[in-house]
Amino acid sequence: MDPLFEYLLRLGDDRLILGHRLSEWCGHGPALEEDIALANVALDLIGQASHLLRLAGTVEGRGRDEDALAYFRDAIDYRNAQLVELPNGDFGHTIVRSFLFDAWSVLLLDKLQRSTHSELAGIAAKAHKEARYHVRHSGEWVIRLGDGTDESHRRAQNALDQLWPYTGELFASDEVDRAVAAHAIAPDPPTLQPAWREVVTDVIRRAMLTLPADGYMHSGARQGRHTEHLGHLLAEMQILARSHPGAKW
Amino acid sequence: MVSGTDPQTAALLEILHGVPDPEVPALDVVELGIVRKVELRPDGVVAVDVTPTYSGCPAMRTIEEDIVAALHAGGHEHVELRTVYSPAWTTDWLSDEAKAKLKAYGIAPPGRTASEQALVPLTVTIRRAPCPYCGSSNTERRSEFGSTACKAIHYCHHCRQPFEEFKAL
Repeated sequence: MDPLFEYLLRLGDDRLILGHRLSEWCGHGPALEEDIALANVALDLIGQASHLLRLAGTVEGRGRDEDALAYFRDAIDYRNAQLVELPNGDFGHTIVRSFLFDAWSVLLLDKLQRSTHSELAGIAAKAHKEARYHVRHSGEWVIRLGDGTDESHRRAQNALDQLWPYTGELFASDEVDRAVAAHAIAPDPPTLQPAWREVVTDVIRRAMLTLPADGYMHSGARQGRHTEHLGHLLAEMQILARSHPGAKW
Repeated sequence: MVSGTDPQTAALLEILHGVPDPEVPALDVVELGIVRKVELRPDGVVAVDVTPTYSGCPAMRTIEEDIVAALHAGGHEHVELRTVYSPAWTTDWLSDEAKAKLKAYGIAPPGRTASEQALVPLTVTIRRAPCPYCGSSNTERRSEFGSTACKAIHYCHHCRQPFEEFKAL
């Protein structure tokens, strides 16, 4: 197993799956502007995923392109974190999840744009610009919801409490992470945690929300052990490509 | 923007200036900065470097097809397209002339890209984009996200028109 291929799958799959989740809001947003915003962010994430998965396919060298990797892998071969595959829940839940992800992603992409792997660095530099307005969008909403009405505060706090145990996986490190970190291709995940905590704590405080205590943290998705939700998501995402392989329109 | 130094490259650029962006047809793909480099190689192949504007821009594939089609029509049978990521695309590449074209088309041109600020700023300084219709700066940004990835939605209180802004990126 090539650690770089594996690492690129993790980067690409995180963005593909969260992009798909956000796209589920299309036509269901609480306001027209927000409907458009979530669809825009989804499009950015899916675009980032396609660049990353194309590079993964090139690194793998077995002739798989981004479509082959997106549509013809089963859940057990997906490498996204569990955080992004969880169902959307209500708008507050979606926004809190996005914020926890965006705050991590923007810090990671900032490091990746200085990767020793030049093509990854280029993709990351572009994605970093997008991640900056993503975290601004989700972060502002967390503050508005947390410091809004009793109902919006309650829902935002619930979401934070439910999602917190899924954040540990973003900072877990295994042999793949250590191998790419050794070549200065990517930062070792735990090194990003202090800066992430600082951004998250600041926004949570301004949102009048309470930071959950670190307890049990879910793990295993980077090795293919996912929640039951991923299979259902993939069934919907992949059915067209699998029913009509090679279809063009 | 790339500029032609020799007649051969200038002729190729002339062809590419004829390829409009499918979503913002007021600008062509060279003015937008999508075409980073074009050259006629000794083996007769026209090599074009393109860079995506936004990672998920759905027009990118159409743009690539349009570029190839235009070069074919210009008599260049062999075309090779390469996607480059560095340096990352920025609206700072738009010339004053390109910005004037956007404004004439009814889209407020982008301001300069902002210098780095806090990730989630407590107070956001939102640029009051001058209205492309009446020029008033009594405008308000309604949403950072618009009909395409590259545009934001604004409203002009003076002429009471909603309008779009090409976002600085």
